[in-house]
Amino acid sequence: MSSRVEILNDGGYRSDGRRQYELRDVNIDLSQQGTADGCCTISHGLTQVLVTVFGPREAKMRSQTLHDRAVINVEMSVLPFSTGERRRRARADRRILELAATIKSTFEPVVQTTLYPRSQIDIFVQVLQQDGGLLHACINATTLALISAGIPMSDFVCAVSGGVHATSPLLDLTMLEENDLPHMTVAVMPRTSKVTLVALETRLHVDRFAEIFSLAGEAGQALHREMRRAVRGRTGRLVGVMETGMKQPIGGEPLERDVVMDDRMDF
Amino acid sequence: MISFASFPVSLQNETQDLTRHHPNVEDDIDMDEGFEEGIHRLTSPGEPLTSSQAFMRGHGTYIDREEVISSVAGTIERVNKLISVRAVRSKYNPEVGDLVVGRIMEVQPRRWKVDANSRQDAVLMLSSVNLPGGVQRRKLESDELQMRTFFEEGDLLVAEVQAFFADGAMSLHTRSLRYGKLRNGQLLTVPSALIRRLKSHFLSLPCGVDLILGLNGYIWVSKHVKQSEQEGEEAFDAEAVYSNKNDDIDDATRLAISRVSNIIRVLAAHFIPLTDTLLLDAYEWAVEQEGDVKDLLQADIGDAMIATITARD
Repeated sequence: MSSRVEILNDGGYRSDGRRQYELRDVNIDLSQQGTADGCCTISHGLTQVLVTVFGPREAKMRSQTLHDRAVINVEMSVLPFSTGERRRRARADRRILELAATIKSTFEPVVQTTLYPRSQIDIFVQVLQQDGGLLHACINATTLALISAGIPMSDFVCAVSGGVHATSPLLDLTMLEENDLPHMTVAVMPRTSKVTLVALETRLHVDRFAEIFSLAGEAGQALHREMRRAVRGRTGRLVGVMETGMKQPIGGEPLERDVVMDDRMDF
Repeated sequence: MISFASFPVSLQNETQDLTRHHPNVEDDIDMDEGFEEGIHRLTSPGEPLTSSQAFMRGHGTYIDREEVISSVAGTIERVNKLISVRAVRSKYNPEVGDLVVGRIMEVQPRRWKVDANSRQDAVLMLSSVNLPGGVQRRKLESDELQMRTFFEEGDLLVAEVQAFFADGAMSLHTRSLRYGKLRNGQLLTVPSALIRRLKSHFLSLPCGVDLILGLNGYIWVSKHVKQSEQEGEEAFDAEAVYSNKNDDIDDATRLAISRVSNIIRVLAAHFIPLTDTLLLDAYEWAVEQEGDVKDLLQADIGDAMIATITARD
């Protein structure tokens, strides 16, 4: 390992001060954006993604409609200022197309598309900031955007990335760590603990796979609690407003809290 | 295009509520409530609601391993043994008899495709519109050839949901003198959940503005048309019904229309269901303020308006 920075120091801390199994601060904003049916901005540390969902609506491409279910269409764009080095990526960049296809195949088994024959669900993913864990931020944001659009899904999809440094597994890697370590992304459905996506683009020792896999699955459960409370909060507020026709006074500043996974985990 | 970047400020602090429990105990807290009718219980996708042996599953739920599980985020509703979940914000779900406002997207053989804010375009058959020369008349081949003289792409219309096709697409009809092409006004789009089913969806405000509240969330705000002119005499006046020309609208009416529109926009941004009393209160308030009509769209003025009108009840 020839890295300039120390990934995990002797005290067990990572370069940004986290422990091994600690996730970055998660911030979820479900406020309405323009005419979208559902939207979500999520930030995992410095990675920030905005997802807007339109539909189900009449399919624009008649040739691609399916007579028995809805088509999911994912379009992704990475803003030029999202990385340290400013550069414009073409929309047809292979890497972006691949990410979009991955998101699409992650959600196809989860969204109950059979309820909406001949329609189309458009998911627009915009990457605002990148600092590692891009795919899992995109998946989490898409989950929340679909839920806020009222589209039926069999469960949440919660994704977390994990990697391994020497023999010690790490969760939720930053860009710095991602560049040096073998890493993978796991998306779980928390209720059944079924996995809808495992993405591995680097070479990972086969003995480490099972460990990271189960760790990421467990981290997904922790993330699910956070996502669910955001959804609950929004649902409760909208229902409250609709019932009374009155705006609830919003009091106090949002409580800041890290999602901390216990350092000691028992399996 | 007016954007509301400033409005949903209040929605931004959504993730918080004041008490947070340790993750280990959080799950136990709101699990032991029953299904009392009338009390709203919130749920989110993937949450088990009850056993599928004791209850039937309705919309917004599915069954897995003998459990009824929610598939959307919203409120749980129970009617006897039927459990369903109503999503708090979703696409319009049409029902027969609903009044909708729509826009013609396409002219096809013997039918129009209408965008009605639903999951698929609605269909308006040539046989379900009133044709010129009498309400009851056979449809001729010449009518098919001149369909664009009735409705063209981009035209707005008000119609009623007549039936559904096998795939769930809705079929509309305009066989009433109240339905048909829309003129003299502007269209607003609000979330469809904000429009409640009312006795009449044609509102006429005292400020000289007519409102058509489509259940699909499309609202038509237009100049007031007198009842007698609207319905005409016994004879059906095709010229007037399918005309594309606006009447003369004076400045005062234009102002009133934009004021009402902006009020609806503000109410929708705060997710407040529309009622005529709220609208009237808001209109009075807006007139009293003597501000410019466009000022209503500023966040602070909008918030002040909402605070005033909701405090009145």
